[in-house]
Amino acid sequence: MAAQLKPGQGPLDYGSRTWLKVLFAVIFFVLYAPIITLVAFSFNTDKRGVVWRGFTLDNYTKAWNNASLIEALTNSLVIAVIATVIATVLGALTALLMWRFRFPFKGAYEGFMALPIVIPEICMGVALLLFFVNSGMMELFVHLPWPLNLGNIIFAHVTFCFPFVAVVVRSRLVGFNRQLEEASKDLGASEWQTFWSIIVPFMKPGLIAGALLAFTLSLDDFVITFFTSGPETVTFPVKVYSLVRRGVSPEINAASTVLIVITVVATVLAMKLQAPPKADKG
Amino acid sequence: MSEAIVSIRNVTKAFPGGVTAVDNVSLDIAQNEFFALLGPSGCGKTTLLRMISGLETPTAGGILIGGEDMAYTPPNKRPTNMVFQSYAVFPHMTVEQNVGYGLKVTGVASDEIKRRVGEALEMVKLTALATRKPDQMSGGQRQRVALARALVKRPKVLLLDEPLSALDAKLRDDMRMELTRLQETVGITFIIVTHDQDEALSMASRIAVMDKGAVQQVATPAELYEQPKNRFVADFIGKVNLIEARVHRQIGRKIDCELKGVGRMELNSDNLVGAQVSVAVRPEKLKIATSEPTSAVRVQGKVRDVAYYGDTSHVVIEAGDGLDLSVNVQNDTRLGGAGVERGQQVWVYWAPEDSIVLTE
Amino acid sequence: MENWKQNPRVFWTLGIPPSLWLLAFFIIPLGFLFVMSFSDKAMVDGQVSITGYDYLTGITNYIRAFDSLYLGIMWKSVWISALATALCLLTAYPIAFGICFAQDKWKPLLLLLVVLPFWINLLIRTYALIAVFRTQGYVNKILGVVGLGPYEMLYNNFAVIFGLVYVYMPFMVLPLYATIERLDKSYLEASLDLGGSQFQTFLRVTVPLTMPGIISGIILVFIPCLGSFLTPDLLGGANALMIGNVIERQFKAANDWPFGSALSFLLMYATFGALALRYLFTLRSKGVDV
Ligand SMILES: Nc1ncnc2c1ncn2[C@@H]1O[C@H](COP(=O)(O)OP(=O)(O)OP(=O)(O)O)[C@@H](O)[C@H]1O
Ligand SMILES: [Mg+2]
Repeated sequence: MAAQLKPGQGPLDYGSRTWLKVLFAVIFFVLYAPIITLVAFSFNTDKRGVVWRGFTLDNYTKAWNNASLIEALTNSLVIAVIATVIATVLGALTALLMWRFRFPFKGAYEGFMALPIVIPEICMGVALLLFFVNSGMMELFVHLPWPLNLGNIIFAHVTFCFPFVAVVVRSRLVGFNRQLEEASKDLGASEWQTFWSIIVPFMKPGLIAGALLAFTLSLDDFVITFFTSGPETVTFPVKVYSLVRRGVSPEINAASTVLIVITVVATVLAMKLQAPPKADKG
Repeated sequence: MSEAIVSIRNVTKAFPGGVTAVDNVSLDIAQNEFFALLGPSGCGKTTLLRMISGLETPTAGGILIGGEDMAYTPPNKRPTNMVFQSYAVFPHMTVEQNVGYGLKVTGVASDEIKRRVGEALEMVKLTALATRKPDQMSGGQRQRVALARALVKRPKVLLLDEPLSALDAKLRDDMRMELTRLQETVGITFIIVTHDQDEALSMASRIAVMDKGAVQQVATPAELYEQPKNRFVADFIGKVNLIEARVHRQIGRKIDCELKGVGRMELNSDNLVGAQVSVAVRPEKLKIATSEPTSAVRVQGKVRDVAYYGDTSHVVIEAGDGLDLSVNVQNDTRLGGAGVERGQQVWVYWAPEDSIVLTE
Repeated sequence: MENWKQNPRVFWTLGIPPSLWLLAFFIIPLGFLFVMSFSDKAMVDGQVSITGYDYLTGITNYIRAFDSLYLGIMWKSVWISALATALCLLTAYPIAFGICFAQDKWKPLLLLLVVLPFWINLLIRTYALIAVFRTQGYVNKILGVVGLGPYEMLYNNFAVIFGLVYVYMPFMVLPLYATIERLDKSYLEASLDLGGSQFQTFLRVTVPLTMPGIISGIILVFIPCLGSFLTPDLLGGANALMIGNVIERQFKAANDWPFGSALSFLLMYATFGALALRYLFTLRSKGVDV
């Protein structure tokens, strides 16, 4: 006799099956346990970070007083902000171009714009390294005062961020009702006025979501920065990398926790803004 | 009635959202019947059918199939097969593979599969398309695949959920006859779900009329039409004139009652003294006369509307007391039409035995 | 959409800045890399120069890449990535499936839970794994309670594979979720109704009908795994190197840029190969995925 169903349970009600619930619990546990441990132990008094000895904020103060860590974090934030602004503008231009015009080789152009998204990070990192060194840009920027010496990294970050922004903004533009634009022009508004008063406000959620995405991508990037940064221009992930290579310390936990909070907040915001109205209210 | 092949006992299905889709339903469906579940949208027909197939399980009650309680048996262990409303013909398999699927997964030998698939395809006249993929076929052809795929399993019961709703009108008529023919040939019990009363009346040997999750009446098509049990059934099946009436007294097996807008008359019915009842009369049972008829039941009124339908005309007559009567008139002479015109004063009459007294 | 000729001024205003940017900071750098991959270090006074190069000397770097040492590393990169991808598929499928069949009110939360780690810095997640798996880490502590270990769980192929699965699983869940969610559930019901067991239904109906999502997921995970640098660098030992680590080494410690450039191009070709495969599969499955 085959296994019977429970009253009210259909054969496709996998949601109510125990094995699936257990599997979910296990996978989510494996996914989150390391991160939660990391966050929890940023509040631990134990130096070696293995046994829970009590709650403290010492690690945060220590991280805060660690000048090189703070400098790296500042660099990261400055880079992320500047790169986000430029990437958002370039991404919006690309999105508008693809949305508005038909032109020869559009498919090829689109593929070309997606290249920075698909090629392995390490290839892009070494290509930029080669370029900066051979074009003299590395030499040039290294000697400039802060924050200009972050120039190379910013160029690199903009390059891998703006195609993502373009994708996000374009998907927003798809929902635009062209008649609004026509109506505006019909009422005597110029191209430029129409753009600012009709199209930009419509794009705004897409722009914000794209900007937040660019911000997190930039803040998170390690590989490309690793190749394009000079010895004086260390970003937070690069700094953490060098610390991690030396071993585990509660200070890194504290610094990491701060970064996790920043990115999670940015992401959740981006998702909220990106979700089409009413769509996920189900 | 011969022995029941499907026996539904006090089945209730409440969905987690709080909707009670099927509410304490009991039904017996006999061997070889062509049974229809009929009702308005959302009345729970599909849910009931899916509980017979095992795709849903009841929250209370029992479902006996072939004498065995299978209410909680998974669908793959039941002797029932379903023709889905969307057909659900597997898009990644050819027609042959689709039809053979149910045999293959239950471990039937491959030469037998081949033979039975061949027979099934012949039965639905699809032999020529055996190697086609579903996306190269019309809706009607896909439906035949779905039928063959279910019939090839030789189920005890074949379940069909609105099988004709996705077809165009012409194909639907052909398919109706085809289904009746198939049912007679294969001798399998068919249970069909439909919200189209013509479909149910023309195909089924028995019909269960459902409303709000409950069965209102189970009867043959003619019984449903001529002896509806309550106002819902009378109104749902065909057109009807419902007239409010008050019962004054009982005379043997007759009642003496007052029909609103018509007057006092005697009708066949059991003891209902003092009750508020409805009297139902079908429009084609009403007759129109220009001079006072002799019938015991007659009422005078003014023609408000005449709608011409070719073979018949539908006439609406305003009687007194806010009562409107619909009358179907056969257009039996070429130039005569309905024989009445708007605004004309006429008499409407009918035979007392054509009235149905409804208490619920 | 209007033709660009109708409004060339707007067209160029929109098109020029991003195109120039991409040209300057992407195409030209790749051009440098391409040229470098065919170059050699210059010889100055019989010594190998540190910074001078003889450009476009030939394909020696590519020939060297097919030397057994590097061929071995490439092969290892491929199988580690393949294994990690397969494990991702095995864990992600039930997750995606479960989310699709969960009650509607839980779906957004479950999806968020799956993608959230993906937004946390890769480095931090990898670091979190190190903290848990190191010799004095949690897993060993817990094993210690049962009287096992401690084991060295880091710095080997296992750690790299686990790390890759851990890091890239969300990439697999999303395309799978999208296709399973779109799959008409009446196909599964039809299969069950025709007598197929749950397992047969899964194998013969669900899997073939969600193949486009499976292929997308495989490509989406395989590509970053193949090019990964950080995970094998931090979790792998000396002998758990992948192609990304070799490239990094050529550009940093070994200072052999021409060879590193050639390896980078090989990695890019492999990536494009994988993308082309995916494109072919989508063409082929067009018929199914109506
Ligand atoms: N899975 C479900 N969860 C919650 N409520 C449901 C579910 N399926 C059906 N219902 C509800 O149960 C009631 C009956 O649905 P059912 O599909 O059986 O109606 P039906 O008679 O087949 O109607 P139709 O003619 O429109 O197909 C409806 O109110 C419907 O909203
Ligand atoms: Mg229905």
